[in-house]
Amino acid sequence: MSTVTLRIWRGTEDEGSFEEYSIERNPGMVVLDAVHKVQAEQAPDLACRWNCKAGKCGSCSAEINGMPKLMCMTRLDDLPEDKPIMVQPLKTFRTIKDLVTDVSWNYAVKKKIKPFKPRKPDAPDGTWRMKQVDVERVQEFRKCIECFLCQDVCHVLRDHEKYDEFIGPRFLIYTAGLEMNPLDTEDRISDLKKRDGIGYCNITKCCTVVCPEHIKITDNGIIPMKERVVDEFYDPLTRLFRIFKPSKKSKAEESS
Amino acid sequence: MTAWAEHEYDVLIIGAGGAGLRAAIEASSTGARVGVVCKSLLGKAHTVMAEGGMAAAMANVDDRDGWTTHFADTMRGGQYLNNWRMAELHAKEAPDRVNELEAWGAVMDRTPDGRINQRNFGGHRYPRLAHVGDRTGLEMIRTLQDHGIHQGFEVHMEVTVTDLVKDGSRIAGAFAYEREHGRFVFFKARAIVLATGGLGRCYRITSNSWEGTGDGHSLAYHAGAQMRDMEFLQFHPTGMVWPPSVRGILVTEGVRGEGGILKDKDGRRFMFDDIPDAYAHQTADNEEEGWRYIRGDKEARRPPELLTRDHVARCINRQIKSNMGSPNGGVYLDIAWIKEHITDHTGHIKKKLPSMYHQFKELAGVDITEEPMEVGPTVHYAMGGILVDPETQMTTVDGLFAAGECAAGLHGANRLGGNSLSDLIVFGKRAGEYAAKYAVEHGDVHPDMAAVERARLEAEMPFDHPDGENAFSIQNDLQSLMQDNVGIVRTESEMQQAITGIDSLKQRMESCGTGGNRDYNPGWHTALDLKPLLTISEMIARSAESRKESRGAHHREDYPDKDEQEGRLITIIEKADDGGMSLTKQELPPIREDLVAIIEENQKK
Ligand SMILES: Cc1cc2nc3c(=O)[nH]c(=O)nc-3n(C[C@H](O)[C@H](O)[C@H](O)COP(=O)(O)OP(=O)(O)OC[C@H]3O[C@@H](n4cnc5c(N)ncnc54)[C@H](O)[C@@H]3O)c2cc1C
Ligand code: SF4
Ligand code: SF4
Ligand code: FES
Repeated sequence: MSTVTLRIWRGTEDEGSFEEYSIERNPGMVVLDAVHKVQAEQAPDLACRWNCKAGKCGSCSAEINGMPKLMCMTRLDDLPEDKPIMVQPLKTFRTIKDLVTDVSWNYAVKKKIKPFKPRKPDAPDGTWRMKQVDVERVQEFRKCIECFLCQDVCHVLRDHEKYDEFIGPRFLIYTAGLEMNPLDTEDRISDLKKRDGIGYCNITKCCTVVCPEHIKITDNGIIPMKERVVDEFYDPLTRLFRIFKPSKKSKAEESS
Repeated sequence: MTAWAEHEYDVLIIGAGGAGLRAAIEASSTGARVGVVCKSLLGKAHTVMAEGGMAAAMANVDDRDGWTTHFADTMRGGQYLNNWRMAELHAKEAPDRVNELEAWGAVMDRTPDGRINQRNFGGHRYPRLAHVGDRTGLEMIRTLQDHGIHQGFEVHMEVTVTDLVKDGSRIAGAFAYEREHGRFVFFKARAIVLATGGLGRCYRITSNSWEGTGDGHSLAYHAGAQMRDMEFLQFHPTGMVWPPSVRGILVTEGVRGEGGILKDKDGRRFMFDDIPDAYAHQTADNEEEGWRYIRGDKEARRPPELLTRDHVARCINRQIKSNMGSPNGGVYLDIAWIKEHITDHTGHIKKKLPSMYHQFKELAGVDITEEPMEVGPTVHYAMGGILVDPETQMTTVDGLFAAGECAAGLHGANRLGGNSLSDLIVFGKRAGEYAAKYAVEHGDVHPDMAAVERARLEAEMPFDHPDGENAFSIQNDLQSLMQDNVGIVRTESEMQQAITGIDSLKQRMESCGTGGNRDYNPGWHTALDLKPLLTISEMIARSAESRKESRGAHHREDYPDKDEQEGRLITIIEKADDGGMSLTKQELPPIREDLVAIIEENQKK
């Protein structure tokens, strides 16, 4: 019977160490299974989060061999067999215990972003009409499962700790999803620049690389938002033009 | 240090899935002080996993649809054991609730003329499921979450309720503990809504997450509420079977809705073999007609793969039992075959079923655009649950409400796919509305504080025996017991074995213990899960033993047919004065005459 060795962080933000556990390996096993096996057989108080075990809820984020990943979607078969698998909590957020981190900052950030505000319904029965092609981009961002892996990897948060000035890639595409929603009438461009720190993003695309939903965070979300910020703040011509074009959305929508 | 922290609300909502969040939004809109507690982080509840869609007769795709047909479909699917008033309200109100989600920011798939698109699902006569690819639940929960955070209710995440507390016969509060440091919390509340979801974790093979331990069912029962129909447990026909680590994970019915077919080990399409009489006139009798239906031909009848879940699950079970299944104990579900009809079938499948594509690619190494999937039944949904008033969702305990999967009545003996997500928003709204009203009308409560103290001692018990038996092993044994004895096909002797087995597991629970400290300790949590798991398992086994007929999701080998007399009765369970489980039968109220006419009309079609 083949076994697999894991080195799992045990402890809190301030103190702890990597502990080694060896378990029996089953076909098709993912890292989350391995962690659960350790929990059930050797360390019942080993803390981790999970819900769906199918990459749908974004609960089981961790750093596996140094890479931010979902534990439930990382197969042991895809990791090198000759050395222990390192499993540790997301670095960007405070470790509560073992693999569980305090992600409450993300919930606070979202609350600050202006909510969806739809235009008046298109039809007398109170419903709207939208073309599938016009909603597809927004649907891409709405695939987000809030695993916060992109937040974890982004250097502006991870290394520079700009928690007060930068909302991170997850909330840049959340904002993009609202801004690009054909029904929305709110304006969040000024917030993006002044409060949310979109300027800190220097398009390294690390966020896009780790996104388990394969959302093109940078190309499809952040860059178009940066363009809108530029349009609105640095281009008097565009602004003048806007006075004659009531819809704030139309220009960026047509040009992309 | 006080033994617990306290919070006070007009309405406390236990659960932050679709039902809980919808209830919270509604209750807050009345100006009530509302608190929500949930075991996981916000946005991670089971609802996030729902795939296929939510059923609402909006008639965007087929204008022949309407609430009457949806009502009739739901009743027939439930084999007429449904609470007819709930089925009526659900069919009538679902379209408004779905449209409301759009007003709150949901972005659903569109029809060519720009409305919300709707897809076919088993048991629904017309394309009826509003959806977003195969991640409809995510869209629902995110919409309610993102709208909800601006409505003024407070959310307590990673907090688990272990007991309800009363003031005489009225509900008065809930005792809970928070994960991070294991601190206790008491929520005083004038009204409480249970929206705790399902109970699949008492089985080994299930599509449910760790949260699905039937807490709400158990909390309500121990608080004195009546339960109904606990024998009706839906086995979803298509769960993954290979590799072992993914066994039970759901494969959406949407695969069959998009043309997926079921085949045995020889590649034979077996679903044409057995079509129930009640559905014969609506079901295609050849492959060509079935395919036309999938492509939207209104003259064509549905393929047999889209028959109700109870039936499809039993057909699959039969293939597996008679050694006609696939190598790993399932059957084949094939969507790749549509390449015979569609030129860009790869693109089509990836667009329509993106998360299924990824799920199989990443977890099983199977490319569903080229190869068939291996699937088998998995425990999925509890039709039974807490008995509620159809209008208000109040349980038989004053001030205690229930909505969503933990409440019962809408689905009868078998739930149609897509009728749960719509159930959440229709009855979540009602529960929130009436709970807030109740809180205003009934004023302050005085919780029995001695009961709070008892709840605290009970919650601490596992630490009293640090060397006691590991809770995980007791949980595993229970899961095997239920899987092996109270499955798709049931017999008297097996169920009695289950009941005896549960008794001895209860003994083991008493001495089970946990080491470590209180900080985020899964061993402790699992120990506390045992009480609800054992309570619901016993309810399921006892109810199943008592129903001596086969109907919907409940199939008895020793009573293989429907029984007209039994078919008029629902099974009621409640806690007896001596602490034991009392089981009685209750006659269903007669269906209102105009609704009978609707049912008869639809049976002819
Ligand atoms: C994989 C899958 C796919 C599905 N697809 C569909 C579909 O396409 N269409 C459809 O209609 N239905 C579908 N269903 C069914 C549907 O998703 C569920 O029935 C529904 O989401 C249940 O919602 P709910 O609000 O009742 O509870 P849940 O979403 O399960 O939420 C329960 C909440 O209660 C909380 N809770 C539980 N116990 C406690 C406690 N003790 N203390 C505090 N909080 C507690 C949990 O933390 C959670 O927040 C699917 C189910 C699964 C598993
Ligand atoms: S592209 Fe921008 S947001 Fe993404 S990781 Fe790099 S700096 Fe951060
Ligand atoms: S954008 Fe991707 S990586 Fe970031 S939180 Fe969402 S799903 Fe996770
Ligand atoms: S457990 Fe849900 S994403 Fe891993």
